[in-house]
Amino acid sequence: MTNAPQHFAPIQRLLHWLMAICIIAMLFIGVGMVSSVAQKYLPLILIHKTLGVALLVLVLVRLALRLHFGAPPLPADLPPAMKLGARLSHLLLYGFMIVMPLLGLGMLWAAAYPVVLYGGIRIPALLPQSDHAHTLFWNAHVYLGFAFFALVLLHLAAALFHALIRRDGVFATISPLPQRQRMKPTE
Amino acid sequence: MNQPGRVERSSLGWLVLIAAVVGGSAAAFAYTAGWLTPGRLTPDRMIAALTPPSGPPLGHRRNHAKGICFTGMFEANGSGVELSRAKVFVQGRYPALGRFNLGTADPNAVDATVRVRGMGLQISAADGEEWRMAMINPPFFAVSTPDAFHDLLVAAGKKDPEAMKTFISANPEFAAFAAWAKAAPWTGSYAEDSYNSLNSFVFTNAKGDEHAVRWSLVPTAAPTSIAQAELEKRGPNFLEQEITNRVRSAPQRWTMVTTVADPGDPTADPSKAWPENRRKVQVGTLVVQRIEPERDGPCRDINFDPTVLPQGVRVSDDPFPAARSSVYRKSYDLRAAEASDYPRTEVAKP
Ligand code: HEM
Ligand code: HEM
Ligand code: HEM
Repeated sequence: MTNAPQHFAPIQRLLHWLMAICIIAMLFIGVGMVSSVAQKYLPLILIHKTLGVALLVLVLVRLALRLHFGAPPLPADLPPAMKLGARLSHLLLYGFMIVMPLLGLGMLWAAAYPVVLYGGIRIPALLPQSDHAHTLFWNAHVYLGFAFFALVLLHLAAALFHALIRRDGVFATISPLPQRQRMKPTE
Repeated sequence: MNQPGRVERSSLGWLVLIAAVVGGSAAAFAYTAGWLTPGRLTPDRMIAALTPPSGPPLGHRRNHAKGICFTGMFEANGSGVELSRAKVFVQGRYPALGRFNLGTADPNAVDATVRVRGMGLQISAADGEEWRMAMINPPFFAVSTPDAFHDLLVAAGKKDPEAMKTFISANPEFAAFAAWAKAAPWTGSYAEDSYNSLNSFVFTNAKGDEHAVRWSLVPTAAPTSIAQAELEKRGPNFLEQEITNRVRSAPQRWTMVTTVADPGDPTADPSKAWPENRRKVQVGTLVVQRIEPERDGPCRDINFDPTVLPQGVRVSDDPFPAARSSVYRKSYDLRAAEASDYPRTEVAKP
């Protein structure tokens, strides 16, 4: 990439943090609602479906922005294995962000549930009822959900490692705070 | 100290902090998922309590496991519009799909051994908007709360006769249900029973007025009572044979009667019937035109989740619909995953 940016564009940062909060909320709401028979189950699952579909739209916007703006380079002194790990994990995070809502929708369609979001918005079914498909999507949504959470934790640990220990300016590339004078990535 | 890219010895403190943040997040997740609080009433525990000692009815519903599908029409007479803006209350005919069933976790139960009969029903508006309900024949529910329902299942499953006594002293509302179960007449047909929502819901009309309601599907066929022993003599699957033959010779009808609560009526407790003199509005007629066995029938794939509601109907402060929705979802997940234990015979279905 010629003249790679030194940091993520403000809109990219905004989306990163907005979506991070929402996705963490989705993961907690997900496991919280399926283990509850209390009255809050109904508002929780309504939020889960609505926010999940909104996140699907947002991740598409985010990918378009990513293709347009690109991403700042990682510090040159970062060991190659770590660079690879960073790239792969980011790719996986994008993958989860796309796949999780699709599985959620697919699971509901394959069980012949109407998909009704907040405000009565109805999403038409794109798949017929199928026990087989429902079971596949349900299992995938559950287990990939757990894997997603594990990866988010790893990503969080890595971000803190950059910010607090390596102090190599990686965190500043996406920092939600107004940018202070920060270290340039080592040439 | 700010030499970029170098891990200092002083970073040990930071590492501990990072570990604490990650560990704390994982613990919060586990707590939210209920893994650290085995006492929480979850759908899984409710399903475990429903499961008979012989094991779960693989491929079948975890409760109301024995049933038969029907299709037909809901003919709205237009009177419901005053109470709710649900599209299916506008005068007209709307496709209906449902399931007659027995309140048991055993799909092979003998008809005469099951006291509670039910009806699952789905009515679709012209634009596809759905209303699903699952109703039973007792005039009120056995207990006041989902937690008490769980306790009832656990107590009833125990061999110890003291268990039920302890349960009843903690949940005195159960006595009325026990009395109903003992004394209420049995009928010899699904077509002669009333099916009651028991749970309350809130209807909202076009002006935004709200009313707490319950509803019943009241048969037009006159109920003839029959001794339990006589029903038993007719055979283990008499009800399904009877309704199949009956509908084949003529469509069967139920009037949908909405009961409107007065202020102060107990909307949150389905074990408390409302006084008889409450306002009743007949909103339409369910016409059952065709019966099909469940194995390949259209009701098999439907979860008659009572919280699938159209615009104009919403849940009230009754705690049951939410609990039922969560448990029925899990029951559906399980039975769909076990479909090979209850194979379809038609090859047509993908
Ligand atoms: C659900 C939560 C999150 C998701 C799905 C997520 C996703 C992502 C993705 C996909 C990227 C790569 C951006 C790109 O190259 O296009 C990224 C970058 C980054 N994220 Fe997150 N993130 C989450 C939460 C967090 C949290 C909680 C932190 C910090 C505490 C964080 C810190 C960072 C940092 C520092 C980068 C920049 C990495 C670089 O410059 O290459 N993220 N995030
Ligand atoms: C970023 C997107 C999403 C994430 C991270 C997510 C995460 C989760 C998690 C962690 C669970 C709990 C799994 C378990 O412990 O059993 C769950 C369950 C569920 N999710 Fe999602 N979800 C997302 C999107 C969606 C969408 C868009 C829908 C539907 C429109 C959806 C529908 C469901 C349903 C119905 C369940 C309950 C599954 C069952 O047990 O029957 N999810 N989700
Ligand atoms: C917390 C209390 C309750 C629990 C845990 C419970 C549990 C269940 C379960 C697991 C199913 C099978 C769902 C499926 O796989 O599709 C079921 C079906 C059914 N339940 Fe309940 N139930 C409860 C309360 C009620 C109440 C209050 C009523 C009636 C007013 C009711 C009426 C029915 C009917 C009619 C069906 C059969 C629906 C069909 O044909 O698919 N249940 N119940």
